[in-house]
Amino acid sequence: MTSTGFRAIRVFVLSFSLLFAGVLFAQAIEPLPFKNHTEELRFQSLTRELRCLVCQNENLADSNADLARDLRREVFEQMQAGKSDAEIKQYLVDRYSDFVLYDPPVKPSTWLLWFGPLLILLAGAAVVVVTVRRRSRAGIAAAPAERSSVNEEDDW
Amino acid sequence: MNRLLPFFGFLLLVALLGFGIWWNTQHDQREVPSPLINKPAPAFVLPTLDDADKTVSKVSMLGKPYLINVFASWCIACGEEHPVLMSEAPQLGVPLIGYNYKDAPDDAKAWLEKHGNPYSVIITDREGRTAIDFGVYGAPESFLVDGKGVIRYKRIGILTPEIIEKELKPAIAALAKEVQP
Repeated sequence: MTSTGFRAIRVFVLSFSLLFAGVLFAQAIEPLPFKNHTEELRFQSLTRELRCLVCQNENLADSNADLARDLRREVFEQMQAGKSDAEIKQYLVDRYSDFVLYDPPVKPSTWLLWFGPLLILLAGAAVVVVTVRRRSRAGIAAAPAERSSVNEEDDW
Repeated sequence: MNRLLPFFGFLLLVALLGFGIWWNTQHDQREVPSPLINKPAPAFVLPTLDDADKTVSKVSMLGKPYLINVFASWCIACGEEHPVLMSEAPQLGVPLIGYNYKDAPDDAKAWLEKHGNPYSVIITDREGRTAIDFGVYGAPESFLVDGKGVIRYKRIGILTPEIIEKELKPAIAALAKEVQP
């Protein structure tokens, strides 16, 4: 291999390890001074229910985005100030809309979201019931001709 | 006819998929509609970029509408937006306030030196605390605030010439009409 090839590999390995060094640094930079383990668990479960606005498929607890760090600090400080989980969530909803909540609240504009699947299930059940009834009725009426109709289905 | 039913079901699904694809080309999925529209802007007191001892506050800005543009020297999309602001800012009819977001003052100054400064004044928020109150989640973002301190319009992302023509200017014109009577 040529020396430039080796150099390319060295650059690649170096940048690759730097990439992970960055990840480690970002994880370790933020040890929040929790009073006790209960508080830490509360913080973790709360930030897991909140969405990071920057990388929108990540929650606040997992995200490395700059804004997520700021919002974690905000959540932490509000917890220290004695705010309840509901108050902290409301604080964020006031600024970033319901979108910050991983669980959308049940209200008129989200009824379709919450109950839509149930509607579809009921529609499916209705179709099944109607089909089964019709077939059983047809089955009784056309009992002698059953064989030929089965064959017909097979041919198709 | 009954045998064709599954085929029509399939066509329906294809149509739904096509609609979904079309919808996504028309809408930015990442855009989070701000709950702050038509609500009072959050109170802020922030130092200016030129002189950190001077501050600009919501109270000091009351009386006339203004446009806040959130930018940062590290923000690539802001660099894309910048030439548009340079050419459009003088014709907007409202002062353009720069909101330097989580940026080092020296970086911001160097950046403006290089690309030009379309802002009538620039306020700085190094920690990004006030930005949380504004619901900022990424630069660039722009807020149109009326004379009573109410946010009337928000643009998330780059202000393009089209957006300025179609959305921002009508919003500003509507504000100007309100002041007249």
